[in-house]
Amino acid sequence: MIVKSLSETLSGMWSLLVGMKVTAVNFKSPQITVHYPRQVTNLDGYRGHIELVPSDEDPTKSKCIACSNCVRICPGACISLKASKPKKKAAPEKTDAPSTANEAQPESKKEAPPKKAKPELQSFVLDYNYCCLCGLCVESCPSGALRYSSDVYVAGFTRQEFVYDLLSRLQYQAQKKEQ
Amino acid sequence: MIEAIPTQFIIIFVGLLAIMAFVGLNAVVLVYLERKVAGFIHRRPGPYEVGPPCFPHGILQPLADGLKLVGKQIFTPRGADSFLFWLAPMISIAPAIVCFIAIPFGPYLQVINTNVGLILILAFTGINVLALCLAGWASQNKYGLIGAARDISQGVAYEIPLLLVVLSVVFMTGTFNLFDIADGQGAWPWQWYIVYQPLAFILFFICALAETNRNPFDLPEAESELTAGFHTEYSGMAFACFFLAEYAYMVVAACIIAILFLGGFQGPVAPGIWWFLAKVYVLLLIMIWIRWTFPRVRFDQLLNICWKWLIPLAVLNLLITLAVIAL
Repeated sequence: MIVKSLSETLSGMWSLLVGMKVTAVNFKSPQITVHYPRQVTNLDGYRGHIELVPSDEDPTKSKCIACSNCVRICPGACISLKASKPKKKAAPEKTDAPSTANEAQPESKKEAPPKKAKPELQSFVLDYNYCCLCGLCVESCPSGALRYSSDVYVAGFTRQEFVYDLLSRLQYQAQKKEQ
Repeated sequence: MIEAIPTQFIIIFVGLLAIMAFVGLNAVVLVYLERKVAGFIHRRPGPYEVGPPCFPHGILQPLADGLKLVGKQIFTPRGADSFLFWLAPMISIAPAIVCFIAIPFGPYLQVINTNVGLILILAFTGINVLALCLAGWASQNKYGLIGAARDISQGVAYEIPLLLVVLSVVFMTGTFNLFDIADGQGAWPWQWYIVYQPLAFILFFICALAETNRNPFDLPEAESELTAGFHTEYSGMAFACFFLAEYAYMVVAACIIAILFLGGFQGPVAPGIWWFLAKVYVLLLIMIWIRWTFPRVRFDQLLNICWKWLIPLAVLNLLITLAVIAL
């Protein structure tokens, strides 16, 4: 009887030491807390509003070829884009117009012969209020110029705040990256 | 005029002021330490956000907590005995501060070197039971009352093995003077009394945990059963007084353990004060570690541990010590 309770007590005390070891091991092992605002780890599969993909040569330019496929396919009609018209005849006009609008343009213009110029994207506005997040625009884009952003901080007081000018957003992000 | 004030009085006055600062500082450090250790054991960072970037890792958290407590309204519940209700936190904190005057922090750092140092500390820590009893009883609250009842039975039960264990050390040294007890041990660990009295050390540590109401013996507070036990009804600085007192008693307990069993301020190379503080903080860390490891015991288990194991073992330890001394 005494031996039994004694051995029980000793094994109990041993279990206390084992418990202390468990907490000590956990004390030393790395933390699993994510320091949320400073460290975000779970946005890989997140589908936010769409954004423009920067082109490979110039991060301030979009890959968009202004084909308007996205505008046509959007069930909520929330995308509106404007593009400069491809000019057919007057070659000197071409070189003039881009130089006033953009500095990086002339190179691509030189390559393109006067008969077939690419339309230049001038604005790409998304009215996120009407977006149903179907993703058809992303799927239909022939040049891969659209993707889902990981922008989770979408809250505002007015509807106007959710009308995004995606082209200027792209340029702003590119500037920020350079800095 | 100045000559009329006895030097001893000035020493005690200055000493008490210094001790109050020490107690407050210790509470701040221990709160931070406790929360950080708890965090690391749970594999989270603990307090992290409070403070500007020049104070990283939430190092200002205890300060913010303290300010919050100071700013809160203190409130007497309806039906409470307001005199006893407000007396209790004062009775709790005041003896905790007095306990420190007999503790030798270093060979030259002690407020009063008295022959009854150990008895003084044991007597004053005993008052805490009364304070918690008053707090629980005066607050007209069932949780408070149950907490107070638990505290008394626990305090009374654990005082016995505590005193028996202290006696065995005192019989070895022949003195209640804490300075002499620390001085009687050598600088190296094998010259400390923990080598001669290992059982006494373990028993004293367990009893100290119970006397300071620390986990796994924190039944008077028992958050999950009694909301906060005896201090359920207290807010603001009144609660902070109990809180400060709890941490102060923890430090007192760690100091006594360090002096009785770990050589006090004795240590090689470095000055005594650093050795003393290092030993005290290691003991406090172990207390915190224990708190975040073990669940709370049930009340019958608590008393069973005491009456069935601690008291017989303490008596046995005392008898063996006496026999060895007599031989």
